[in-house]
Amino acid sequence: MTTSPPKLDFNTPALQRYRKARALKDKFANWGIAFGGISIIGAVLLIFFYLLYEVAPMFVPADIEQVGEYQTPGAKDSKTLMLSMEEQAEVGLRVQQNNTLTFFKVKTGEVLETHNLPLIGDIKAFDVSTDSGRLMAVSDSQGEALLVKHNYRVTYPNDQRLISPWLEYPYGEEAISLFDDGREISNLTIRDGEEAMMLAAIDANNQLTVKRFLKEEDFISEEIVLEEESVSLPNIAGKINQVEIDQAMNFMFVLSDQRLLHVINSNSETLEETVTLDEVGTITKMSLLLGENSLLIGNDQGVVSQRFMARNQEGEWRLRNVRQFEMAHGPIQAIATEQRRKGFFTAGENGQVAIYHSTAHRTLLNEKLVDGEILNLSVSPRAKDLLVETNGKITHFKVDNEHPEISWASMWDEVWYEGYNDADYTWQSSASSNDFEPKYSLVPLAFGTLKGAFYAMLLAAPLAIAGAVYTAYFMAPAMRRKVKPIIELMEALPTVILGFLAGLALAPFIENNLLGIFAVLIVMPVAMLAFGYTWANLPAKIRHILPEGWDVLPLIPVIILSAWFAIEVSPNLEVLFFGGSMVDWLNNDLGVDFSQRNALIVGLAMGFAVIPTIFSIAEDAIFSVPKSLSYGSLALGATPWQTMIKVVLPTASPGIFSALMIGLGRAVGETMIVLMATGNTPITDINIFEGMRTLAANIAVEIPESEVGSTHYRILFLTGFVLFLFTFVFNTAAETVRQRLRTKYGQL
Amino acid sequence: MIMNVSFKEWVKSGSPFIWLNAGAVAISIIMVIGLIGFIAAKGLVHFWPGEIMAAEYTLPGNEPSKVLGQVSDSEMVSAIQLKAIGLKTKDDAEEAERILIKVGNRDVYGGDFRWVLDHHLSNKTYPEKAMAVERREWGNFYGYLDKVYEGHDLVADVAQDDEKAWQHFQSLVSRALDIHESIMDIQKGEIGSINYELERLRLKERAYELEDELTDARKQDFVERRAELNKEYEVHQVTLSKLYTDLKRDHFTAKEMGGQVVEIHISEVVRAFRPNSMSIAEKIAHYFSKMGEFLGDDPREANTEGGVFPAIFGTVLMVILMAIMVTPLGVVAAVYLREYAKQGFVTNVIRVAVNNLAGVPSIVYGVFGLGFFVYFLGGTIDELFFPEALPAPTFGTSGLMWASITLALLTLPVVIVATEEGLARIPRMIREGSLALGATKWETLTKVILPMASPAMMTGVILAVARAAGEVAPLMLVGVVKLAPSLPLDTNYPFLHLDQKFMHLGFHIYDVGFQSPNVEAARPLVYATAFLLVLVIALLNLSAIAIRNHLREKYKALEM
Repeated sequence: MTTSPPKLDFNTPALQRYRKARALKDKFANWGIAFGGISIIGAVLLIFFYLLYEVAPMFVPADIEQVGEYQTPGAKDSKTLMLSMEEQAEVGLRVQQNNTLTFFKVKTGEVLETHNLPLIGDIKAFDVSTDSGRLMAVSDSQGEALLVKHNYRVTYPNDQRLISPWLEYPYGEEAISLFDDGREISNLTIRDGEEAMMLAAIDANNQLTVKRFLKEEDFISEEIVLEEESVSLPNIAGKINQVEIDQAMNFMFVLSDQRLLHVINSNSETLEETVTLDEVGTITKMSLLLGENSLLIGNDQGVVSQRFMARNQEGEWRLRNVRQFEMAHGPIQAIATEQRRKGFFTAGENGQVAIYHSTAHRTLLNEKLVDGEILNLSVSPRAKDLLVETNGKITHFKVDNEHPEISWASMWDEVWYEGYNDADYTWQSSASSNDFEPKYSLVPLAFGTLKGAFYAMLLAAPLAIAGAVYTAYFMAPAMRRKVKPIIELMEALPTVILGFLAGLALAPFIENNLLGIFAVLIVMPVAMLAFGYTWANLPAKIRHILPEGWDVLPLIPVIILSAWFAIEVSPNLEVLFFGGSMVDWLNNDLGVDFSQRNALIVGLAMGFAVIPTIFSIAEDAIFSVPKSLSYGSLALGATPWQTMIKVVLPTASPGIFSALMIGLGRAVGETMIVLMATGNTPITDINIFEGMRTLAANIAVEIPESEVGSTHYRILFLTGFVLFLFTFVFNTAAETVRQRLRTKYGQL
Repeated sequence: MIMNVSFKEWVKSGSPFIWLNAGAVAISIIMVIGLIGFIAAKGLVHFWPGEIMAAEYTLPGNEPSKVLGQVSDSEMVSAIQLKAIGLKTKDDAEEAERILIKVGNRDVYGGDFRWVLDHHLSNKTYPEKAMAVERREWGNFYGYLDKVYEGHDLVADVAQDDEKAWQHFQSLVSRALDIHESIMDIQKGEIGSINYELERLRLKERAYELEDELTDARKQDFVERRAELNKEYEVHQVTLSKLYTDLKRDHFTAKEMGGQVVEIHISEVVRAFRPNSMSIAEKIAHYFSKMGEFLGDDPREANTEGGVFPAIFGTVLMVILMAIMVTPLGVVAAVYLREYAKQGFVTNVIRVAVNNLAGVPSIVYGVFGLGFFVYFLGGTIDELFFPEALPAPTFGTSGLMWASITLALLTLPVVIVATEEGLARIPRMIREGSLALGATKWETLTKVILPMASPAMMTGVILAVARAAGEVAPLMLVGVVKLAPSLPLDTNYPFLHLDQKFMHLGFHIYDVGFQSPNVEAARPLVYATAFLLVLVIALLNLSAIAIRNHLREKYKALEM
């Protein structure tokens, strides 16, 4: 008799709902997990694009936008001597020949205040010391110079910013006499410094007089008193057009006949040289770049050349032609320099305006902005506003030019910086002074990175690969199980500890035992080989105590003893060969600089950090070579070593290659060891006994003090991006090779 | 000895190369073990009470001077180096020993250490009564106890009864320490929370103000609550000032090695001991009490003395937060790669991505974290949720949360790789069995696969934790500071302060070892910290390895 099974209904509504819910859950899980998996790609892309997003603004050209246009404030028919803006670019100043100073609203051109200086008649000569110093020298027909500063007071009545201009006479309202007989001055130059001030004047008869004033503080009234010193000048040929004085007041540049530039050393009061500018045409404009060391010389061909004083090979000061900017739109009509950066604006014919940056040798803009000829250009202190004066009109532009300092050339080519005698690769991102020229050459950093990585690989690659060969192929399995965790532990050691030991313990030790370290390199392998040979000749009884594949064990005391021996003996050798100290010998006899924290230390410490990375991957690759291959080779009579070299290694070589790539990637990006074990000086020197600064360490050192969004900040992101790309390439290559290898072994 | 294997034959057999390869492994092993041993030796010795040596130091042509202190280092200098400064070695030997003595008394001598040539030291003694005093400021004091004062009254004098004076001195020290502790409790606990509450009130008020909802009633409420808090504050302030007077009551005088009498407040003393008269048991007790101080106390004297508790705490907390974030993400990614995705182009790309994440230098994570998390996300969060605190940033500055997220991203590949390996080891038939019984994929995963793979996940998380605990470079950009005023976890609402900066053991090593003004004095402490860090990381790694090996054994039976 058969009993029918109890009837089960699998399609009750409750079960159906349950199944549906399960299916739904399963589906959601599918999506969720797929999303989670793919988000890993997202993370890599996010890093990539975010870094790019921070870097990109540096390579964008300048953008300019007209925001206002108005009638020239003040007297229309009087010539503008100077156009200027204050910090916020709210209030502008126009100095006119008819002795009126008109302060106006930059936005609308509405006149705010009009001032007259205590002068007689029109202004005959005018100069401003620096745009940011705002000290003007003004002269009427009496042969005197009145010093006046335009100043701005910021107040906040009703929580609204109000900027009110005022005039200050820092050296009194008395004018300073330049020509004793009261001759009229036709051209005036002022240079105001911390401790001294210089005034140069040319009269109608082309006679030049220069006076230097030492500033002394009156200790009772705390006022600054000027003490006059006259400077006698050598004779200058030709009609003098313009005089410029550099910041340190060492040199005066006298332009005559629109084509001859005389450089006068104002300390020795001699003529250093006369530069003929014939080949560049007639000079139309000459101006000093921020920092007052570089001359910007514009000619009628539309070319601006930058020149500054540098020593030549004979050690003489010469005015060197550093770089040229070709505007190519007729003669240069006006030059306006920025007040915070080494950038400048030039005006050509027909309302053409160009923006350049000197260090980066970069043209950021070259565009026709206005109709008609440009008479004057004025850049606000923050370089975000530009006023262009044409006949009877002023046009106000907003300038978007955040990062002019960066160009391919300024990062990767030799750049001739101000004050340097030659073009050079230099990284120097910040300094205390305002008119500092930032030096953003990535070459020293990239070089330092590769140098560190090179010395690290020099130690790590042979040790790690040799170790991997032995561990994977010759070592007894029981020992291998013990060795691998030790190597993994080596990988886990924090680099901050390696760096700390390298910097504080290893560096002084190596300095004292330099020769010992090199002696170890020779003594240790010799000792190992000697031991091996002796071992091979020991009676079989002794040899068989040690099972096959445990050779490492007896080698440990051999290595320790040989290292100890090498280091103990080396002081004697040092006395014998190097007069007691190898470091001194390197310094004095070879002329090789030795610094305590050097590339050797980094190589050792970083090599230590890289060994396990290379070791693990290479060992994996060698171990996974199918045993059938090596058995076949051994069966054919090859020795184990021949099998290794001829069969196993070639098969595993792509894996070893990828191990080296990943190891190199790690050495390139390592930060803490380099930070702690080198002096972090950005120099380009292959010398193993000198330090370096790497891209990674540079980021760690400088990013905390860089202003968010500044060029410095972005260039640090760029170095991060370079590191990212570098390791991206290495890792992707390594991973592709490894994936190939896996498929290949799968077939074997 | 007759060689039964000729050299030529030996070379031909390839043995020399094998020996050299074996040597490479041996060198690596020696380096790892030697390094850990070196750190352990240097770090552990720090807590041992070294004997105080008294001696006379006479350089030729100079007046003899007295030295008193602990020997902290020694090195050999060559005769040539000495000659350069006009000195000779003993008996014209090639080298002479130079020892570094910690003489302490920075307030008296200006420096803590003194190098002396061993062979110019004479009359070396280890006086029973020599005393070392650890102080809150100016480093250690070495000398001889003289007189002890309670208030202005002389209560004990060594000249009369040394034993009694020492006991009395010790009791006064422990009294001062108790008072100091209660002061700290009030300052950090009660007053700290009042200040915190005041700051919260200020922010709340500002928030209402920004939203134009600051009504008079609310204003009144704020005024009242503030007054209440201020009143509470006053009360604590009174207690505090009383405690301070109590603390400052006693002082003692001591003679430094030259015989000069120095007056020191007992409130300054952290610990006073006479190492030369300590028995071994006492020394061991001292050793563990110093170790306890190291592990449990706040740092003193610009981090060069005292403990590293805040750094341990910060490291642990950061690592826990990181583990909470990285575990689900890493596991999901590994599950996708192994269980869900069709093996092919997409998985290959993901594997490349994972490897890239693993290979990207940690400093790049720091830069990314600083730019993206701190300034971009943090800045946005501040504008949206914390406008009342602006311009002071809340999340728009580096802090605990961003540090742990950055490190979670950095350690993600570690978890993925380990979990994937664990999943790969689970035999196919187990999955198929589960599916054949009608379980959905999700059910198979959660009920069968993941429990089996949990040790692998564990391994991954442990390795990630070990990595994060030792990583410093990115943290320097996204959250650590050399000295955090308070712990990121406390009794003030919301208890866990994700926006706060924190201290970290690795950064502590970097900062104290390289940025500290008194590197020489701080060095033992740095070694101790380094040893602690190595110990933690080694233990984490070894446990991960143990779990993994156990796992491998377990599945070997299933694999067939």
